[in-house]
Amino acid sequence: MATTRKILPRRLVGLASLRAVSTSSVGTFPKRVKIVEVGARDGLQNEKNFVSTSTKIKLIDMLSEAGLPVIEATSFVSPKWVPQMADNAEVLKGIQKFPGINYPVLTPNIKGFQAAVAAGAKEVSVFVAASELFTKRNVNCSIDESLQRSDEILRAARAAAIPVRGYVSCVLGCPYEGKISPAQVAEVTKKMYSMGCYEISLGDTIGVGTPGIMKDMLSAVMHEVPVAALAVHCHDTYGQALANTLMALQMGVSVVDSSVAGLGGCPYAQGASGNLATEDLVYMLSGLGIHTGVNLQKLLEAGTFICQALNRKTSSKVAQATCKLSTRRSLLQKGGKRQERLGLSPSLPDPSLSEKPGGLRVLLPHGPTGSGVECLGVPWNPAPWCSGPTSG
Amino acid sequence: MGNVPSAVKHCLSYQQLLREHLWIGDSVAGALDPAQETTQLSGLPEYVKIVEVGPRDGLQNEKVIVPTDIKIEFINQLSQTGLSVIEVTSFVSSRWVPQVAAGATEISVFGAASESFSKKNINCSIEESMEKFEEVVKSARHMNIPARGYVSCALGCPYEGNITPQKVTEVSKRLYGMGCYEISLGDTIGVGTPGSMKRMLESVMKEIPPSALAVHCHDTYGQALANILTALQMGINTADSAVSGLGGCPYAKGASGNVATEDLIYMLNGLGLNTGVNLYKVMEAGDFICKAVNKTTSSKVAQASFNA
Repeated sequence: MATTRKILPRRLVGLASLRAVSTSSVGTFPKRVKIVEVGARDGLQNEKNFVSTSTKIKLIDMLSEAGLPVIEATSFVSPKWVPQMADNAEVLKGIQKFPGINYPVLTPNIKGFQAAVAAGAKEVSVFVAASELFTKRNVNCSIDESLQRSDEILRAARAAAIPVRGYVSCVLGCPYEGKISPAQVAEVTKKMYSMGCYEISLGDTIGVGTPGIMKDMLSAVMHEVPVAALAVHCHDTYGQALANTLMALQMGVSVVDSSVAGLGGCPYAQGASGNLATEDLVYMLSGLGIHTGVNLQKLLEAGTFICQALNRKTSSKVAQATCKLSTRRSLLQKGGKRQERLGLSPSLPDPSLSEKPGGLRVLLPHGPTGSGVECLGVPWNPAPWCSGPTSG
Repeated sequence: MGNVPSAVKHCLSYQQLLREHLWIGDSVAGALDPAQETTQLSGLPEYVKIVEVGPRDGLQNEKVIVPTDIKIEFINQLSQTGLSVIEVTSFVSSRWVPQVAAGATEISVFGAASESFSKKNINCSIEESMEKFEEVVKSARHMNIPARGYVSCALGCPYEGNITPQKVTEVSKRLYGMGCYEISLGDTIGVGTPGSMKRMLESVMKEIPPSALAVHCHDTYGQALANILTALQMGINTADSAVSGLGGCPYAKGASGNVATEDLIYMLNGLGLNTGVNLYKVMEAGDFICKAVNKTTSSKVAQASFNA
């Protein structure tokens, strides 16, 4: 076609170096992803106000109902350090233990481990960091010493036939040291794995990572530890969590940590957000056709519940958009004119629209041809992923 | 995270991180410091053009009417950031082109990949809209004014639901054929995910070279950056965004809309990609406009930085 176009002032300079992108890596994903829900521990731990034991138990029960396969229940840490977790034994004893769902608890030291076992824990987690300064400031010892402490717990856990999950913090950056080398992360992870952790969750503690750095770090770690034993724990402090998680999935990682409603702020930047919201993660995975076993509607209900209890807004974009669907529905009912419904608070679904118990209605995908249909608010992909607790 | 005490402030501020730890990246005036270690994913374009739509798409969707002098100051601030394209134009009808031509350097036309959306939004079918656009684009070309085409609902429609990649391709091809230099593919309600982005782009890129394509992702479901990353991996090197994530979604009151320019630049910097844009200055412009319209920024980078 003959066209005359005005050349833009700044012509793209990168075109010549554009290599043919292989789309195979863009589309290669695991078929199933295990989501480790950390909202009840990592999330609540960072909330200022004490959350009642009954609220914690109800949250965890709702998360179980939503089908999350792993739900971190609490932390056996001294209440002096983390007052929020003072009711750890009560919470662990009070929750419903659904078959097929694991409820790991954090155990920072051998004393915590013993208390956890006494309270009935069947799985525990231990923490180290990839940064010396962070370890020093956080637990007042070196990385090596912190590994030794973990080893003590691992040996005790092995004797009690209790599996241990390892966490490595600051894998993409440290609030004190800045850049962290992938080699350093690989070394620490390798040690944790060889000590007996069945899985190691690599945490971008301050959320500074971007997909390229994630890739470099994972490449280094995957030389030492099989990818099946790795998980990523991305913080959304700079909005990068989902993109970083996507990169990790492309690298073959199939376990992802997240927090319902994106609970838990970042203690290093007041007011900034913290964890990746589970709802937003499930949305992406469902859209990719990846099986998670999670019922998004029930998950949204759990998020609504805890946000009401904490008197705070959700950090999940899916939750924010979904709760406003009542407005959209009314747009169509009024023949497309923009009539505002009386405002709903983000955490209060309109019971008049409810079709399922609990009040929150999530519109299901219609077929591709839908004519004169309702305004939809969820991804429509072939898999009816939000129709039941074990769907995906 | 481990047992972190609730208030730990003796750590690097974000500004310090940016200055002293260049691995986060601060691409200024189009040239990265060669001494700077950057991580570049292979297969990505070296340069990414950001089309800033805050003053148009963003402010248009904000409830508060912004006084003209504020708008001008906002645009002036954005002009200092290194952004090469700042959209300030609105949709025009063919009658208005001569008047617009007096000051415009570029125009945009807005098509949709959904019949229902087209009818509800601009009160005509896709075919009718294309005929109107042909007139507009033709007139613009006579005056040597480039035209950018937008395709709404590229990854889903609030009325029809699923939109086939073939339909998006058909509409895009029409716009490209009539003379639009670039087609911006818009995920209007933000429902897309990397899978649907990939399928749509695979189809469109059979007919239109990637250099003439852009993605316009909404962050309504938090998927924008993941979708943009996918587009970059597919060979697209232009992305639309709005400073501070201005502009809500008219289809879901209170939900977010555009992806925040700051967060996009942060990702691109981290990927070692050249944007020519100064992140600090964009953050300052974002801070300015948010204060002016009395709203909290939707940019996570800004939230982290201004509160640190």
